[in-house]
Amino acid sequence: MKASGLPEKQGLYDPSNEHDNCGVGFICNIKNKKSHEIVTQGLQILVNMDHRGAVGADPLAGDGAGIIMQIPHDMLVEECAKLGFDLPQIGEYAVGQVFLPQDDNAREACIKAFDTVIPREGQELLGWRDVPVDNSCLGESVKATEPVIRQIFIKKGADTVDETAFERKLFVIRKQVHHVVWDEAGDDSHANFYMPTLSTRTIVYKGMVLSGNLGNFYLDLQDERTTSALALVHQRFSTNTFPSWELAQPFRYLCHNGEINTVRGNINWMAARKATMSSEVLGDDLDKLWPLIGDGSSDSATFDNALELLVAGGYSLSHAMMMMIPEAWDSNPLMDDDRRAFYEYHAALMEPWDGPAAVCFTDGRQIGATLDRNGLRPARYVVTDDDFVIMGSEVGVIPIDESKIVKKWRLQPGKMFLIDFEEGRIIDDEEIKSSLTKAKPYQEWLNRTQIKVEDLPEENPAMAPDHETMLEAQQAFGYTQEDNKHFIKPMALTGQDPIGSMGRDTPIAVLSARPKILYDYFTQNFAQVTNPPIDPIREELVMSLVSLIGPRPNLLNVNRIGTHKRLEVRQPILTNLDLEKIRHIENHVDKGFKTYTLSMCYPADQGAGGMEAALEKMFAKAEQVVNEGYNILVLSDRGIDKDHIAIPALLATAGVHHHLIRTGLRTAAGLVIETGEARRVHDFCLLGGYGAEAINPYLAFDTIVDFADELPDDVSIEEAQKRYVKAVDKGMLKVFSKMGISTFQSYCGAQIFDAIGLNDELIERYFTKTASKVGGIGLLELATETVRRHQAAFGNDPLLKTQLDVGGELAWRHRGETHAWTPETISLLQHAVRKSDRDTYRQYEAAMNEHDVKVQNLRGLFKLKGTGKSVPLDEVESVSDICKRFSTGAMSFGSISWEAHTTIAIAMNRIGGKSNTGEGGEEAVRFKPMENGDSMRSAIKQVASGRFGVTAEYLVNADEIQIKMAQGAKPGEGGQLPGHKVNEWIGRVRHSTPGVGLISPPPHHDIYSIEDLAQLIHDLKNINPTARISVKLVSEVGVGTVAAGVSKAYADHVTISGFDGGTGASPLTSTQHAGGPWEIGLAETHQTLVMNKLRGRISVQVDGGLRTARDVIVGALLGADEFGFATGALVAEGCLMMRKCHLNTCPVGIATQNSDLRKLFPGEPGHVVNYFTYMAEEIRILMAELGFRTINEMIGRSDTIEMNDAINHWKAEGLDFSGLLHKPDVDEGVSIYNTETQDHGLDKALDNGLIEQAKDAIENGTPVKIKSTLINVNRTFGTMLSGRVAMKYGKTGLPEDTIFIDATGTAGQSLGAWLSPGITIDLKGDANDYVGKGLAGGRIVVRPADICPITAEDNMIAGNTCLYGATSGEAYLRGIAGERFAVRNSGATTVVEGVGDHGCEYMTGGIVCVLGSTGRNFAAGMSGGIAYVLDETGDFETRCNMAQVDLEPIEAEDVQMEREGQGGDLENHGRVDIQHDMTRYDAQRLKGLIESHLHYTDSARAQDILNNWDTYLPKFVKVMPVDYRRALLEMQAKDRAAEHDGVNTSVGN
Amino acid sequence: MGKPTGFLENDRQDRSYGPIKDRVNHYNEFVVPLKDDELKAQGSRCMDCGIPYCHNGCPVMNIIPEWNDLTYQGDLKGALDILHSTNNFPEFTGRICPAPCEAACTLNLDDRPVTIKTIECAIIDAGWEKGWVKPSIAKTHTDKTVAVVGAGPAGMACSQQLARAGHKVSLYEKNEHAGGLLRYGIPDFKLDKSIIDRRLGQMQTEGVDFRPNMTIGVDITAAKLLEDYDAVVLTGGSESPRDLPVPGRTLNGVHFAMDFLTQQNRRNGGEPVGVEDILATDANVLVIGGGDTGSDCVGTSVRQGANSITQIEIMPKPPEKEDKLATWPHWPQKLRTSTSHEEGCERDWNVVTKEFLGDDDGNLRAAKCMRVEWTQDEGGQWNMSEIEGSEFEIACERAFLAMGFVHPIHTGMIDELGVDKDGRGNVAANTEDYQTTVDKVFAAGDMRRGQSLVVWAIREGRQAARSVDKFLMGSTELPR
Repeated sequence: MKASGLPEKQGLYDPSNEHDNCGVGFICNIKNKKSHEIVTQGLQILVNMDHRGAVGADPLAGDGAGIIMQIPHDMLVEECAKLGFDLPQIGEYAVGQVFLPQDDNAREACIKAFDTVIPREGQELLGWRDVPVDNSCLGESVKATEPVIRQIFIKKGADTVDETAFERKLFVIRKQVHHVVWDEAGDDSHANFYMPTLSTRTIVYKGMVLSGNLGNFYLDLQDERTTSALALVHQRFSTNTFPSWELAQPFRYLCHNGEINTVRGNINWMAARKATMSSEVLGDDLDKLWPLIGDGSSDSATFDNALELLVAGGYSLSHAMMMMIPEAWDSNPLMDDDRRAFYEYHAALMEPWDGPAAVCFTDGRQIGATLDRNGLRPARYVVTDDDFVIMGSEVGVIPIDESKIVKKWRLQPGKMFLIDFEEGRIIDDEEIKSSLTKAKPYQEWLNRTQIKVEDLPEENPAMAPDHETMLEAQQAFGYTQEDNKHFIKPMALTGQDPIGSMGRDTPIAVLSARPKILYDYFTQNFAQVTNPPIDPIREELVMSLVSLIGPRPNLLNVNRIGTHKRLEVRQPILTNLDLEKIRHIENHVDKGFKTYTLSMCYPADQGAGGMEAALEKMFAKAEQVVNEGYNILVLSDRGIDKDHIAIPALLATAGVHHHLIRTGLRTAAGLVIETGEARRVHDFCLLGGYGAEAINPYLAFDTIVDFADELPDDVSIEEAQKRYVKAVDKGMLKVFSKMGISTFQSYCGAQIFDAIGLNDELIERYFTKTASKVGGIGLLELATETVRRHQAAFGNDPLLKTQLDVGGELAWRHRGETHAWTPETISLLQHAVRKSDRDTYRQYEAAMNEHDVKVQNLRGLFKLKGTGKSVPLDEVESVSDICKRFSTGAMSFGSISWEAHTTIAIAMNRIGGKSNTGEGGEEAVRFKPMENGDSMRSAIKQVASGRFGVTAEYLVNADEIQIKMAQGAKPGEGGQLPGHKVNEWIGRVRHSTPGVGLISPPPHHDIYSIEDLAQLIHDLKNINPTARISVKLVSEVGVGTVAAGVSKAYADHVTISGFDGGTGASPLTSTQHAGGPWEIGLAETHQTLVMNKLRGRISVQVDGGLRTARDVIVGALLGADEFGFATGALVAEGCLMMRKCHLNTCPVGIATQNSDLRKLFPGEPGHVVNYFTYMAEEIRILMAELGFRTINEMIGRSDTIEMNDAINHWKAEGLDFSGLLHKPDVDEGVSIYNTETQDHGLDKALDNGLIEQAKDAIENGTPVKIKSTLINVNRTFGTMLSGRVAMKYGKTGLPEDTIFIDATGTAGQSLGAWLSPGITIDLKGDANDYVGKGLAGGRIVVRPADICPITAEDNMIAGNTCLYGATSGEAYLRGIAGERFAVRNSGATTVVEGVGDHGCEYMTGGIVCVLGSTGRNFAAGMSGGIAYVLDETGDFETRCNMAQVDLEPIEAEDVQMEREGQGGDLENHGRVDIQHDMTRYDAQRLKGLIESHLHYTDSARAQDILNNWDTYLPKFVKVMPVDYRRALLEMQAKDRAAEHDGVNTSVGN
Repeated sequence: MGKPTGFLENDRQDRSYGPIKDRVNHYNEFVVPLKDDELKAQGSRCMDCGIPYCHNGCPVMNIIPEWNDLTYQGDLKGALDILHSTNNFPEFTGRICPAPCEAACTLNLDDRPVTIKTIECAIIDAGWEKGWVKPSIAKTHTDKTVAVVGAGPAGMACSQQLARAGHKVSLYEKNEHAGGLLRYGIPDFKLDKSIIDRRLGQMQTEGVDFRPNMTIGVDITAAKLLEDYDAVVLTGGSESPRDLPVPGRTLNGVHFAMDFLTQQNRRNGGEPVGVEDILATDANVLVIGGGDTGSDCVGTSVRQGANSITQIEIMPKPPEKEDKLATWPHWPQKLRTSTSHEEGCERDWNVVTKEFLGDDDGNLRAAKCMRVEWTQDEGGQWNMSEIEGSEFEIACERAFLAMGFVHPIHTGMIDELGVDKDGRGNVAANTEDYQTTVDKVFAAGDMRRGQSLVVWAIREGRQAARSVDKFLMGSTELPR
């Protein structure tokens, strides 16, 4: 079923790609005092979170909003009486909110379904009520889909024992009615039949209305008689704009803000339980509930479905939530044993629903909220002295008298918060969980039932065969020399997934003439915008590789529990020994397990045609043995030999997995794969992603044995194998984390892949529900490739006699894979631009396009047929106009040399195109034109997750600001600039310390969702209102939907990058296997934007592997306005595709900072200019031929492309481009290229007033003081003002306190972002997320209002991710701040009275002083700056990530003075700049900071510490990054040496 | 591969040569190989380029980075396996190839290319020395027969590949020994002939049936070949020398270079010379033509004890250093000085020979030359013009014409077979299947592509073998 309002799947648009994020909040009265006021205030929350939602092309069509509350019994009683029926006591009846079809017949059919089902289930229908609505506030596009909304009233049947049983029956009724209507009607007319709620306790009012209009639409909500003690509201931000009433939230039990990344796996696992699930409470009713989960619903709706089942099955709401969103228990030393046992026990019952999530849930008797393990969504709450609790994504969503507030707090990662109305109190995380975790003897059960593979008795592991036998097996499994050289060997030596550089320029598997292994047909999905990737190294505490092998217990068995045996491995890669233990487990573990080994091989004489039958036989056998009681299946290809072909292990795994799901048997048995095929990280991810619970890569192990003599002396074979497993583990964690998934258990079966080049039949049969957009080969072709490999391996090929195939994927080789960049194409291009020889350039184009046509890439298969009427060349738009659409890719100064970087910038400025700074800042000297009129200024300033050098000055000097969400070569990953590359110059530009490594986190820590992105866009627009804001995305299935969201988030520009984009350093797993071709992503983006009527608002750029004029033409025809080039421009200036960027040894001085090598840089701006102008000239010629005068005319004209039928490639035959070339059918007047500008709403900003009032200060430097009152909707306060200052005064800004803003209230997000020097914001009240984002020299003070009675140091003062990317300035926060405080701070000084998890993460500079407790994982990835933490409980070390830092005591001044030989008073020894030397003077510095904090905030805490300095000082801990100290000491030594030299010189004089 | 920073740590170091005063007294090779550690250091300089331009620069597509790395690691045996996978006779190319691979080496951008040729030679020399080179005898044999005509490097490579694929191969050679120009053209001081002989021994064991002293069209008809064999491969080289038809051409002492060089090789090898001796001893020698053959004439003349040697070239003197950015990775035009040049010779460019002047006995006494200049027209075409009044004489008693070869000899086999020829008089066949216009007749090497390098001959021989195998069997596992 699909949600109503969404268009059919067409072209590349697929409604199932839709994502949503949102704002969520509730207000309730703890004592269950119902009032209409609560409903009204709930609606007010929606109004004040308006900015967290979105509107589409239709200004009245929001993405949906809703409210869940207690049943307004009194009002309903009166209304029903009017309708002629009486409602019984509350609890004795249920009310259902029902969306019915507009069509009369369809509606009647729905109503009839109730008539049938209700009596059948023993309940009594009381009557119907029309829900009064005023639809004048609906947008026109929404009215068409507006359902008829009615309420149904059902009385509890006489035989139904209690309210809980009644609720269960209601669940059954609802499911049954849905099944009757949807399944039996069988057509779309009933698609918008839907029941938001059917309950005795709660009711949902929701719809496709703007959040502020919910109350206007539903007249009930305005009715004074409508009362409730709770109002939980939700405002949706969907990536699409298609109105879908049922996907509005809340759902029946919850509202969700976030994204369930593993939802496909969760759906599969739920379905897989069918045969093993039974429930005592539901009894036979359980069978009536299937399918449990509707496909095509949103992740949140799916989550709600599962939660509902668990609750109906007898779990409490909080218990169910703990099962579905468990805390990170696996490696948390701080968690108590009972709780860990609880989670570990439940891990076998339910795989985590993984992803960023703030879930608010209620059943009418309780309301609560929980946060995902990593705390990736904000949830703040306040408690008042008159028993109200207000919780929301933001604080300040309803105005509350500050004097009534008794608590301001937040939901912490993995924590839960519950209000029980019956008990009339708040129950905190500790209490909820300890009552649940101690309720049953979980640890005892675990002790009894849990078996760890490592504890099983020894068996005889298989040994490696002789070299020749192994070589044949390697060849049959498609090993190449590169697999050994670039993967297995380095993995076995270093324990790391290997790194490479530059992008991929080889054909996708389906277009390769070489036999490819099946893994190569899949690309990894990754998070972009709608959910954040995770840093699996720095945030390791949330990651887990634990895998449970074997049958899962009955999910709904809540009584006879604790008996089911479970087999656990720490990680899913099995050694040969592990595998034998599992194979023989039956003999050891009380008969709890029985293993069956099923061969994946079949007789070679059956050839390719025999594979299908062999698979079917395997499936049947698997089913049979599971039914016979075997509960671990080992699929094995050990039987491969000359006479037996191995079925690709992935095909067999996915096939058996899905076969067992379909037969409902999957959770009755575990799946273990014994294969010679898997060797690279990507392979293991796929096997896991399609259901393997553990994998034994025996041939990879054998390979390691085979090169044992090449191992260093201190590395044994066993050690090398161990390191190989470690490398696979680390690589897998990275792949999971790219998608924002933390655990193998939830990744297993989650199918986080797109298929490229496999046909629908193959996908549906074996890889059910995997996205695949362009068709491709089927099983027979796949089998043919396998058989060819097999024959070559066991045949007489002389080259394969002693060695493996060369491969040639990673580096060009004769007889290897074809590449676009070859000696020929590179030398032609370089000779052309150097000799200014256009003919040679044309040869280059011809050679490159010939490559394309030789099925190098998808566009090579396109035939450009044009409009049928060519035009004269002189009527085609000019070279200079075309060049304006060109830009170069983001390459940072740091990853490439100064020479290489500025050459491109100068060239792009000469032709009127744009160059891109990349992630590394830009030196101010480049902002001024050069003497010869050239300019080195990059028009595009990139803002990436590291925020290096992102200052106010940098941003105001941009024409375009690009937010890098992902990078083609390594989407979903962060980056690292090793310390040796950070020389003084680069350190300066990046605001970091030379010699200290820099980490770019995988996510932007201020973008975990689409509404966060909207916020960052808003922030950037504020600092520089004239710059276009661009968002860079990477092609994958669903990117179009993300792009639609980006357009709705008010981006002016979006870049779609192909997977073949370049990189300075990236794991080979990513460059080779993540992201899709740009053709698919671009086409999907264009189609989705046009269908959403959003295309006109945004300019679409394509990049990643564009190389020729023809590429540009194809890009335009598929929907691009603009075009980006990186590798091509680099080649033009001299790049040779050495692919050694990560080694700093670039022999042409491009990707290196080595001064000797930089001297060899051969490039000149003229070369790059030649490249682009020649290309533009070729574009004009092609346009003339095709019949286009302007690029705009060409955009989106995919109808002028057809598949090139001249191509006859045996694998390409099955490709189907009809989706790719689909041209959406839209009304005339709908823009198909960028025609409008976005309305960023800056006119509403308070900053307009600030700028007005600060006019004198900005112009003349005259100090001003401005008063201002803020509420949470006033976002990014002070930033537009800061931009004005930065524009005029650069980074030095104005003198201290020139503009002093005296503010009160609750600040919206991003208070004081990129605040310039000379501006001070002094806020009395509190603040939301991102305080001081990018702080660039200004001062921010936040302290509670004077009248607020709370103890400041025990309450929240600011939200998450404060001071992210700050470069300088000061912030004083009197109170506690949320998670990730001062993340990536590189220079700001700040004092705060407590912080959440991940404080000072990735920090590279500055000083953080925490006068209170911290959360976990403090200082993770911290490579610079220092932190002082007041550790009163003495356990700070357990919460600090010690990987990169040391903890030191702070020595009193006199002790230190003595040591320094300075003894006595500072004053006597001249001035010491204590802010300068971070290795010393800590006590003075700390005291100074606390004094400042007291001065600015009146902090009682600060006063107390200063009053008792001698008592407190020893309790402070200094957090000192190890590398930072080393670098500082080196610099000091250097300075001293220089000083010494200076003395000598002066003596000489 | 290699060592990432090897090129930053080690300078280029190539093989050295024996001292001139010694080496001019004999016809033996005089190259001094690198020591083991020096060799490893040179191997470490390879940067394992993402695009190994050397690999493309090399006509047989030697997988150079791989064996450079193995050499660095000290695994010469492994290196040899890889080397042999692309090149049947690395000991030939390791000695006499001009090494376009090194021109294409990325480090040549900075004039410090990896010593690829030296490494290649060291690998194969070690292979022979340690006994790693063994015959590779086909496990199964077909009943197909192939005649390969011409036992130069193309014919040898082709025969060896076909024999390894299990066919019965007969290798026809008009001379007494196989080897072609390797044996009869290239002086022994550059390539010792025992190096060819040991390969022939290997081929013998692999099943190649040698038929020396057989000239097709003389000793056996081409028709008979076609009758007796399932396929015929023409690898007879490009042996018609370019002549200089100026007055005095028939004077005593004016010779084609190849006649002069062949004689000396025969002499060294103990073969009868057959005709009148051509010797440079005590003579003033003029070598006309600035290429490798000319250079070989210089070295041979030195060894024979010439009085003086002058080498002239009609083309302008190439630059000492090429415009790297406009030529790399291609083979650049630049001044090359061979070991023979170092042994003593005058060189002059932009010189055209107008006439040979003789004494009364009809013996050459001098050559009359003129200076020329080259200009480029608008179309980019270079045109030569003689400079008026620039006539001068070069006194010489011997003049060797080393101006290249125009095409294969047509009379005899080619004419008899009636294969089509291309515009330059070579046997017409493409490089996909190497088939001539006559059914089951293939052509490869200089006979097909015109005069070229040994390495190209090996490539064509290998590729033609693959095509023949496919022609005979319907499919092939021989590599291109």
